[in-house]
Amino acid sequence: MTDLTLADGVAGILLLALTAYAVLAGADFGGGVWDLFAAGPRVRAQRTAIAAAMGPVWEANHVWLIFLLVGLFTAFPTVFAALSVALYLPFTIALLGIILRGAAFTFQTHGYEAAGELAPWGAAFGAASIIAPAFLGAALAAVAAGSVHATSGPNVTTGWVSWLAADLALLAVALCAYLAATFLMVETEGDPPLQADFRRRAFGAAIVSGVLALIGLVLAWRQAPLLWSELTGRGIWLLLIALINGPIAAFAVWRRSPRVARVAVAAQIVFVLWAWAVGQWPALVPPDFTIHGSAAPETTLLALTVTIAAGMVVLAPSLWLLFRVFKGRNPAA
Amino acid sequence: MDNVVLSRAIMGTSLGFHIVFAVLGVGMPLLMFVAEGIGLWRHDAAWLALARRWAKAFALIFAIGAVSGTALSFELGLLWPGFMAFSGSIIGLPFSAEGFAFFIEAIFLGLYLYGWERLSPLAHWLTGIPIAISGAASSLFVVMTNAWMNSPTGYVASGGRVIRVDPLAAAFNRSTPTEDVHMLVSAYLVTGFAVAAVYAAGFLRGHGDALHRRALPLAMAMAVVASGLAGITGDTSSRFVAGEQPIKFAAQEGLFPTTKGAPLAIGGVPLPDQHRTVLAIEIPNLLSLLTTGDPNATIKGLDAFPQDLWPNVLIVHFSYQLMVGLGLALGFCGLLYWFLAARRRAPPIDRWLLLALVAAGPASVVTMETGWFVTEFGRQPWIIYGVMRTSAAATTTPALGPTFAIFLLVYLGLGLTLARLLLRLAQRERQNATPIDTAPRR
Repeated sequence: MTDLTLADGVAGILLLALTAYAVLAGADFGGGVWDLFAAGPRVRAQRTAIAAAMGPVWEANHVWLIFLLVGLFTAFPTVFAALSVALYLPFTIALLGIILRGAAFTFQTHGYEAAGELAPWGAAFGAASIIAPAFLGAALAAVAAGSVHATSGPNVTTGWVSWLAADLALLAVALCAYLAATFLMVETEGDPPLQADFRRRAFGAAIVSGVLALIGLVLAWRQAPLLWSELTGRGIWLLLIALINGPIAAFAVWRRSPRVARVAVAAQIVFVLWAWAVGQWPALVPPDFTIHGSAAPETTLLALTVTIAAGMVVLAPSLWLLFRVFKGRNPAA
Repeated sequence: MDNVVLSRAIMGTSLGFHIVFAVLGVGMPLLMFVAEGIGLWRHDAAWLALARRWAKAFALIFAIGAVSGTALSFELGLLWPGFMAFSGSIIGLPFSAEGFAFFIEAIFLGLYLYGWERLSPLAHWLTGIPIAISGAASSLFVVMTNAWMNSPTGYVASGGRVIRVDPLAAAFNRSTPTEDVHMLVSAYLVTGFAVAAVYAAGFLRGHGDALHRRALPLAMAMAVVASGLAGITGDTSSRFVAGEQPIKFAAQEGLFPTTKGAPLAIGGVPLPDQHRTVLAIEIPNLLSLLTTGDPNATIKGLDAFPQDLWPNVLIVHFSYQLMVGLGLALGFCGLLYWFLAARRRAPPIDRWLLLALVAAGPASVVTMETGWFVTEFGRQPWIIYGVMRTSAAATTTPALGPTFAIFLLVYLGLGLTLARLLLRLAQRERQNATPIDTAPRR
């Protein structure tokens, strides 16, 4: 039984990494969305606030993805290979988005001083910030709906071209934007007009993501019976918590309590992911791959767990220091 | 082109692009740490200004390294699903350790780049330590996985499935010591010569201010120490390869018949169809002597192995010759610089020497890239030496051609933009320089 417990534990760690990436990097992607849609009399101030908020942390936030990929191919190598084959196209497009987003952001922020506005890269930053979460969302939809099979051949549209995937792609972008808007409300607490800009954006994102989430539930019910049964089975309580946080977040935005709103939006993302994961347990990528059936030999799982534990001893205080210095009481100082 | 060729082309392009930023990610933090440390110790504004200037450039370089490294994490699966399904559980340990090292580097780099005003000078300087250490650790960890592809150990497979793994034995395989150390010192070598080239060019264009007079000797100090170590570890590597992968060794030396008292072929063109290397300068018995210490020892040639196990002899031999030749020239450049400095008791800034140093920058990158060509082309047809052929590991997806074209364009765009921004940044920094930085030359 030890073997099973360890594999489940590693799967749980990977879920936490996915959650951390979704929330932290999600907010960074959302920042890119608002950079693209910066408008009104404070365009420059909006973009400066976004760059200041993302600058010190986006690379660290991005590493959760590396962590997730490496953990997946170490602990569940056949699953990593099957996902890479079946979802070749969405992953490749998301990867291009990730590359261009990071490069464009860096060119813009660090190059601005030297070269001024870099027109194509400014637009690339925004566009890539939409492409990356959208295609990762579509890929997640394909996995959750059970469309990735062990024998998935080289068909580039397998599973991820569906109404549900389209909806989840848009929902992923909308949630990133929503999350970023509430984060930016916190960052701009010293500048009421600028904060009002992001508050309006948070409202817009709240409505859009709410509608897309409800459409997603209907689509899951009608078109993805596997996902629907998972969400309404063991995952139902987590799903309900996620849904309850919808109105809480919107209310907090209306009440100008960005710190509460930030947590409530993040909670929606976290609990939806957990509802899906807990609902489909013990499957890792349903229907063909279970956690226990696809896990690496036990020594690998043990070595990975020890590495992660040892790594966390160094990582946790470092992350605490990073966020303490840049996201403390006076983030704009 | 078939999928195996395209997969190799995409992976090779991605690796060749990423490695340039990866080595600077290892070496630059050490230079920044030393410059800032001297600046704090001596209350020298120019040293501190140098550290700040390097940090601005490094922010750009590191980000491109981070995103191109992410591409590789994805491409391992997207291009080589067969390889990853087999070996993920075996080589995952050093990859995860590398993940943590990269995480630490990213976190402390965030503190370093954005913390000049938020941290005390001492605290800021200290954040440089985890950056430099985790940068070096990343290199050590990630090269372990490549070493495993050369010396696969630490697992038991049955029917194509890995059933038992000893992750530590896999990480610390026979190739690890030589490959790891040789790559690490090469990273410092490339950084040293690349930075030296920038400041040598500055001197040549008449920008030789206080910063240049500090930066060039510091970079050359790193370069000369690293070249010496790269020479020693390179020699060890070659002799190790002779025993571990005799086919690769025969290919890099262009040796076809198994020969007692084998000569060293310098230059030359291997003709695999005719089983001979032509136009080479041959030094009798030297290959046997260098490889075994005995001038009459027998060295196995390519003819001792079936031809379908040969790598591309032309590429491997040519790359190896270029790496060794340029490596020796770089080492000579470094020694010459310090010989002149010691004799004159002042760093030399002769025009001919500066021109040579400008050329040494790109040459050091070519040296490192050709070194990887020897490792990778020389291991073919295997992706895991003796265990799995590259052709069995590649993806079967139909969309590889366009992917290759798009990635080429993206890397080209990133490289050109980065180069343009770094040049502009240098220009702007000079214009904004405070008087202390531009104190007249002696």
